[in-house]
Amino acid sequence: MSAPALRRACLALAAVTSLALAATACGGTTKDSAKDDDAGTSSHAKADPGAATKKGLKVAFLPKQVNNPYFTTADKGGEKAVTELGSTYKETGPNSATDTSGQVSYVNTLTQQQVDAMAVSAQDPGALCTALKQAMKNGIKVVTYDSDTKPECRNAFVSQASAEALGRTQVQLLGEQTGYKGEIAILSAAQTATNQNTWIDFMKDELKKPKYKAMKLVKVAYGNDDAQQSFQQTQGLLQEHPKLAGIISPTTVGIKAAAQYLSGSKYKGKVALTGLGTPNDMRKYVKNGTVEGFELWDPAKLGELAARTAVALSSGQITGKEGETFKAGAMGTFTIGKDGVVDLGKPTVFDRKNIDDYHF
Amino acid sequence: MADLPLTRAVRWDTVVGALLVVLLLASFSFVDGFGNALNLSFLLGNTLPIALIALPMTLLVVAGEIDLSVASTAGLSGAVMGSLWNAGMAIETIIPLCLVLGVLCGLVNGLLVTRLGLPSLAVTIGTMAAYRGIAQIILGSDAVTDFPSQYLDFAAGRIGDTFLPYAFLPFLALLAIAVVILHATPFGRSLFAIGANEEAARFAGIRVRRHKLWLFVATGLMASLTGVFWALHYASARYDNATGLELSVVAAVLLGGIDFDGGRGTLGGAIAGVFLLGALQNAMSLLNVSAQSQIVVTGVLLVVSVLGPRVARQIATARAGRQATIPSH
Repeated sequence: MSAPALRRACLALAAVTSLALAATACGGTTKDSAKDDDAGTSSHAKADPGAATKKGLKVAFLPKQVNNPYFTTADKGGEKAVTELGSTYKETGPNSATDTSGQVSYVNTLTQQQVDAMAVSAQDPGALCTALKQAMKNGIKVVTYDSDTKPECRNAFVSQASAEALGRTQVQLLGEQTGYKGEIAILSAAQTATNQNTWIDFMKDELKKPKYKAMKLVKVAYGNDDAQQSFQQTQGLLQEHPKLAGIISPTTVGIKAAAQYLSGSKYKGKVALTGLGTPNDMRKYVKNGTVEGFELWDPAKLGELAARTAVALSSGQITGKEGETFKAGAMGTFTIGKDGVVDLGKPTVFDRKNIDDYHF
Repeated sequence: MADLPLTRAVRWDTVVGALLVVLLLASFSFVDGFGNALNLSFLLGNTLPIALIALPMTLLVVAGEIDLSVASTAGLSGAVMGSLWNAGMAIETIIPLCLVLGVLCGLVNGLLVTRLGLPSLAVTIGTMAAYRGIAQIILGSDAVTDFPSQYLDFAAGRIGDTFLPYAFLPFLALLAIAVVILHATPFGRSLFAIGANEEAARFAGIRVRRHKLWLFVATGLMASLTGVFWALHYASARYDNATGLELSVVAAVLLGGIDFDGGRGTLGGAIAGVFLLGALQNAMSLLNVSAQSQIVVTGVLLVVSVLGPRVARQIATARAGRQATIPSH
């Protein structure tokens, strides 16, 4: 670009910018002014707990990503329940866990195919909203599982475990393994990860209880859910704090990397490690004595509960309002909590005794 | 090349247009749920981001360049939109700022290509990573979803019960502008000349570098507009928005018969390519074709689309040659 042209471009840029800034000064739609726009679209239907369970329903599972072992296990659980209840199951979904537009078009496709209910694990709290509302308008019952959308965009959310239970039980588990004393550290994912931070807050709160007075949290490290970074962070933690008694890693990538480091180092069996992991990742380290026990919810149960919730919604036994209860087969009776959340319950602890019963 | 009826019939963009019509007719008749207004509005809405970026991309590829950073620019403009919105700024201010940002992104690409003489493929692979990285620094792993509902409704809604999304109207206007620029102005004609032979174009007095710079700026602008649309359409501003969109755009443009080496193609072909891929994907989903098989189909189509125009052109030149040798009656 020649000099005058460059000058012209800069001028234009300046003009646009100042115009934009002027627009701010004159008000406009901001986060605060838009707050009250969104009226809830709660259903006015009445629940009939005694209604018969409908058969022959079409129930679709839409995970964040197909062919991901975690979701495959969860959806298998869903399939089992749907088939048992005499309905038809199908699974569909994107190949990539960040393909939001793909997930939206799958929701739209299911709406077009007029399924009776769908169980969705949302890649993103907002992205699916319009499509899911459209589905509900067409009479389709929507359950989210594993990962929620905004509450007004679905009928119910089946939660893997409450953040509080997950946070507290991880500290309890580590306490048992270290004899409730010594320095401990946390190896988390990204510093901005909302779910991780909520768990960590509950961990810190749990640690305030008197029985943990000899346990001291010395550092929270971040491995960004990257195997290599998590490995290096573990190494760093042990160099920095040679007297470390235990590590909690509330992320499946982190705990695996930490276990890998520990099992190859002199700390194996001396530094306790627990957190959230999958049995397939951790089997080796449980068997070689690096890890005594770790926890996670059982995804198959999560899928099963999502399926049973979806069928209960389609049968009119529940509508998704707080306080309604429904029977979920052998899993027992569940009550719908605040904002239509159904809690799966306490996480499962995996150790040497039971790890071979799980494959995901 | 003379536009004789015969040679016209085997021109690749006409072939793609015909394929689109055939696919639509077949889907209307045989695919359950395809023909209703709601589904068609889904189809258009999902294809719109690709279509928007395909407009400047067509011009760019005709001129022999490419921009692979478009999806990252879209992601960056979404991320900036989200963080400014969180900071309490008015959306009416944020949107123009995002567009200015897109212009800057395009300007960086354009200056690197035209001033330093670097190949656009290399430059934009670099800025693809850089812009996406900046987007992640700005917004982290947050998803901003609480944009004002009138904007969300505009980006995701349709006009009454028709199949037309609101956002399709501005697209039609932009399409008209792009068609006029490429096919009815000296600027557009000079792009074909640049793509066909840059050296010759320069000797003919065409200001090659300036033209290219404008194209990159326009592409950046449209990419950021797409980013804004994406964030509103999906009610979600995230740093990884529109990941992989550049490949869909390039795929659709090539499928539409725009020659990767530059110098050849029409906007009609490119847009037919965009909607052919979009409609195919929609129909395959309704038919329960798995995501993996859909990728295979798209891949095969792409290979065909690179081969197709070359074969079509050879047939056309062969025919033209034969006609020239046949003595007139």
